[in-house]
Amino acid sequence: MTKALDVKGLTTRFETRKGMVTAVNGVSFSVERGRIMGLVGESGSGKSVTGFSILGLIDEPGRITDGAVLVDGEDLRSLKPDALRKLRGSKVAMVFQDPMMTLNPVLRVGDQMAMAVRVHEKVSKNAAWEKARQALETVGIPAPAERLKAYPHQLSGGMRQRVAIATALLHRPAVIIADEPTTALDVSIQGQILAEVRRLADETGTAIVWVTHDLAVISSLADDICVMYAGRIVERGTAEAIISAPRHPYTVGLIGSVPSLHEPGTPLPQIPGSTPQLSNLPAGCPFRPRCPRASDICSSEPPSLETAGHFVSCHHPMEAS
Amino acid sequence: MSTPLLSVEGVHKRFTRKPGLVVQGIDRLTGRTSGYTVHALSDISLAVARGEVLGLVGESGCGKSTLGRIISGIYTPSDGEVSLDGKPVARDRGNNVDKLTTKVQMIHQDPFASLNPRMKVGETIAEGPRVHGFLKSGDARARVRALLEQVGLEGAYADRLPHQFSGGQRQRVAIARALAMEPELLVLDEAVASLDVSIQAQVLNLFMALRRELNLTAVFISHDLSVVRHVCDRVAIMYLGRIVELASAEALYAAPQHPYTKALFASIPTLGTGRAAFQPIKGEIPSPLNPPGGCAFHPRCPMAGPRCKVELPVLKPTLDNGSMVACHLNDGGTGAPEKAEAA
Repeated sequence: MTKALDVKGLTTRFETRKGMVTAVNGVSFSVERGRIMGLVGESGSGKSVTGFSILGLIDEPGRITDGAVLVDGEDLRSLKPDALRKLRGSKVAMVFQDPMMTLNPVLRVGDQMAMAVRVHEKVSKNAAWEKARQALETVGIPAPAERLKAYPHQLSGGMRQRVAIATALLHRPAVIIADEPTTALDVSIQGQILAEVRRLADETGTAIVWVTHDLAVISSLADDICVMYAGRIVERGTAEAIISAPRHPYTVGLIGSVPSLHEPGTPLPQIPGSTPQLSNLPAGCPFRPRCPRASDICSSEPPSLETAGHFVSCHHPMEAS
Repeated sequence: MSTPLLSVEGVHKRFTRKPGLVVQGIDRLTGRTSGYTVHALSDISLAVARGEVLGLVGESGCGKSTLGRIISGIYTPSDGEVSLDGKPVARDRGNNVDKLTTKVQMIHQDPFASLNPRMKVGETIAEGPRVHGFLKSGDARARVRALLEQVGLEGAYADRLPHQFSGGQRQRVAIARALAMEPELLVLDEAVASLDVSIQAQVLNLFMALRRELNLTAVFISHDLSVVRHVCDRVAIMYLGRIVELASAEALYAAPQHPYTKALFASIPTLGTGRAAFQPIKGEIPSPLNPPGGCAFHPRCPMAGPRCKVELPVLKPTLDNGSMVACHLNDGGTGAPEKAEAA
């Protein structure tokens, strides 16, 4: 299978008053066509910055300092800004968390979608509207021709997010990066979107990177999962392996703290402490101060272990099953 | 049963938007009406016994937060009555309304917005009881210290400002502030929704421990069914301003009765392996400005029949497990011709 997206050693740093902060630290993963990769982490884990870095959407004071991002074998980081802009929206597209912020409120849906078509393709306005209509149809919007004439405020949150996904799909990109796209939506609407996204990945072969903090969502949607902590990928594997046999103590703690797995009313296993400040990380394994398995050796850089495609970065991982 | 601590009876809440003066004038001349009214809550009745935790669950716009605010005395109901310990609260606008509502304390969703950023957390915690005369200034430090320790923070943190705390710690401060009033009832409005999963577990554990320790009574508002199951004794499922199902957590999660509750359960992703087959609810949540007639859920309901379009179902006990359900299926059928359950 060809890798639609191959991220190698991606590192993004931000210059702050407290010094250099490494928000994304040597992140590597790849996604094949038609697969969904879940990028899971808590706030401050660097999952969203990873998503933005893939598209080169990092502004001052941030900078991508290292690594390669290959889309269909082409390194985005070696491209000139002009060439990169041509790829964004056509080969790699992004869906953001809040569709009210990403849609232009004073343009009709059809106008802005047609604009997105015509940036990359020399077609007539009518042809662009037709393409937009088909895209809306693909994401399951009823009466798409009428919706094209609506303004964003006339659509519900779920509809707006479908429009954003349809816009991302316009050029049949190889990769879509979706940053918490259902977090702002109600559960019944989230269920609809997840079902559509799964179908779209299977049917169009688009590879999807789904950035989220919600383990339950990702366990039922993704094929593979990367767990991020303090800017690094601490564990990576198939969704099944990560959920049923996690090896990193952080993943174990994260899964253990989900209430639905426990008898109602019983104390939940909790990870002590709080998520670390990126500007003030401990040496070695960043999870060390909160880790129940930590020992002296953990103040040195954790080794990268990989067995049968299940990657973990830890001195004391759980036994591989 | 003895008097419930909280009882809500037939509460309605309408928010009316009046048009501007000019439009009012035009309306008078032309005989139109340009204002509109949102029925945020319609005919809500429930009771919470002492020591019980009631969950309020629903999607956005269902009125769960409005109900929480009415219980807290922030809003007054347009109709109906809220009583605390048998005494009416909301209608009474006299002096003793303050005394009563200090017995209900609210914990809000976002601890970044609910704490005054320029006040030391110790002052924030002591402010309520000081203003209401429960606490002399001299005793404040010791009391604040004890409260901070009760919620798992260090007593010395009293002199810190909110920005020095993480989200989970701030939510602990918010809980300490609520406990400082020695409330009889806590209203938690999505109190863990903005926290990370690992931190959410810490705050839920704290809540469950405090509940045991202090025999707390609480209304727990959340959209997260797994959290609600974990901490609540009884659960009310709301849809478009009405309670559609009210049941013990055990009965509800074992066998949801209302089609909306069933659909809600089916559309929620749960932690598990393998691709789940989602069965999402069809359609959108209708606007509360213009709710559908009859049962508000009928346009999205797979079981709806002709009766559902015209007649509003009332909340009635089901025969088997004591749950209350507002659905015609539970009350003589939907009037659908293919109705087989009568046979």
